[in-house]
Amino acid sequence: MSIDIDTARKVAHLARIAVAEDDLPKLAGQLSGILTFMEQLNEVDVEGVEPMTSVTPMRLKRREDVVTDGGYQDKILKNAPDAREGFFAVPKVVE
Amino acid sequence: MSLNKLTIADARDALRKGETTSVALTEACLAAIDGADALNAFCAKTPEIALAQAAAADARIKAGDAPAMCGIPLGIKDLFCTKGVATQAASNILAGFKPEYESTVTQNLWDAGAVMLGKLSMDEFAMGSSNETACYGDVVNPWKIDDRKLTPGGSSGGSAAAVAADLCLAATGTDTGGSIRQPAAFTGIVGIKPTYGRVSRWGVVAFASSLDQAGPMTKSVRDAAIMLGAMASVDPKDSTSADIPVPDFEAALTGDIRGKKIGIPREYRLDGMPAEIEKLWDDGIAMLRDAGAEIVDISLPHTKYALPAYYVIAPAEASSNLARYDGVRYGHRAKLGAGDGITEMYEKTRAEGFGPEVQRRIMIGTYVLSAGFYDAYYNRARRVRALIKRDFDLAFADGIDAILTPATPSSAFGLGEMQDADPVAMYLNDVFTVTVNLAGLPGISVPVGLDSKGLPLGLQLIGRPWAEGDLLNHAYVLEKAAGFSAKPAKWW
Repeated sequence: MSIDIDTARKVAHLARIAVAEDDLPKLAGQLSGILTFMEQLNEVDVEGVEPMTSVTPMRLKRREDVVTDGGYQDKILKNAPDAREGFFAVPKVVE
Repeated sequence: MSLNKLTIADARDALRKGETTSVALTEACLAAIDGADALNAFCAKTPEIALAQAAAADARIKAGDAPAMCGIPLGIKDLFCTKGVATQAASNILAGFKPEYESTVTQNLWDAGAVMLGKLSMDEFAMGSSNETACYGDVVNPWKIDDRKLTPGGSSGGSAAAVAADLCLAATGTDTGGSIRQPAAFTGIVGIKPTYGRVSRWGVVAFASSLDQAGPMTKSVRDAAIMLGAMASVDPKDSTSADIPVPDFEAALTGDIRGKKIGIPREYRLDGMPAEIEKLWDDGIAMLRDAGAEIVDISLPHTKYALPAYYVIAPAEASSNLARYDGVRYGHRAKLGAGDGITEMYEKTRAEGFGPEVQRRIMIGTYVLSAGFYDAYYNRARRVRALIKRDFDLAFADGIDAILTPATPSSAFGLGEMQDADPVAMYLNDVFTVTVNLAGLPGISVPVGLDSKGLPLGLQLIGRPWAEGDLLNHAYVLEKAAGFSAKPAKWW
């Protein structure tokens, strides 16, 4: 399966990474190379094999549904590129 | 001997006998670090924190009752969140990030009295095998044989270089596909990746959550046993941390492996494998046989498919994990033009913040998880992963105690030499190590010899799940038999 320039553009957009139009052919080539490498997996007979969900057979832990942490808004906001009035600030989303 | 050259075990014994102090050890390491800027291993130095922790450790040792790691100066990989200290995963997208919290692993180490010298460079987001993708520039291997600068391996290359050059007594690393074991082999040190779930992932910047494990990088197998014991814990903050108590790993080092069965997987004998690697492997087999172990030829038939499965699963998980770097909550945000909305903010921020290899992996991951390809790539890879694990399960069910393989397909290569190569060529560095992550097993790299150029080579031992003590004991026997004592000549 090879990736053409349109697919590369679409994948970049899905990944929310801006890629210049001039860089798309090289990117498409590299992604195609990696996917070709993955095609080897098609040789394997996986009939009846369940996809692995957990490498060690264990059940995820459960706990009481109660608040155990929190209450430090200032710490949460401290590393934000733009925080105002106790909130993260972003460009206008709704017209 | 200079104090910075000590092993953890020797420093611990000297501290307990009152022959030295943690402050003296720490000052020796800080001086070594300041004299080693040419290696570019440390990306943040924290001498004030180090000296305060060392003074506290000395008081604790004086009072008696200090744990083994008390007073031991360490380097910390930049992937571990350290409270108030820059933590960037060697990426521009986390520029300026200072966590408000401490990772469980580092907290465990500080609780045991260990000392933080600073943060160690790595491949960006732990994606790489040569330490050439860090935003801080390349890390240089202290081993040097000609004019070239060599790679320390990756992704824990800063950790490996710092330990090999005696800038610290030991360092933390993380391993998703070989990132502890390959750099350990390239620099002549010991590195262990524990069983998945043995060490908490809480507060460690995530790459591929089903594969990531932290572990120690040390100058000896005994040190690895001591430090792993301090890093490991049962952690309610990590839902994949196993409810299995942490044993005394050092106590497992009996040096006796008589009657143990060592598996030699025939699929690891690759076509075109360098003769030196093959000879090293044969030497290792002879060493374990001489120690009284039984050598058994085994088959792990799906080995060949481990790398392609890994390069579906790891990028898929990474594309999801790295979605959080959006310029909103921490790190870098791109300067926006007039009329730019939130989508432009995401796209520009991520284009500026992530390096090319990270971008490639995010996009591959996005592609294999996208509608129409999820079954063909992602689910197929997870099925193959189940088969790879089954290969190991069957070998262990047959009575195999440990598996011996080469650690890497070559010794350290020159920085920049792989620059024009296909990305897949770099991925082949992980060919012997990646199966262990896919199967969630413990694996350790032990330095065994030098190649004809004079560079270190390592062998890998793979153990049963949760049997790190037994695995370390096998490694201890191999270490003693190999008698590897070479050190890089100081040029920096």
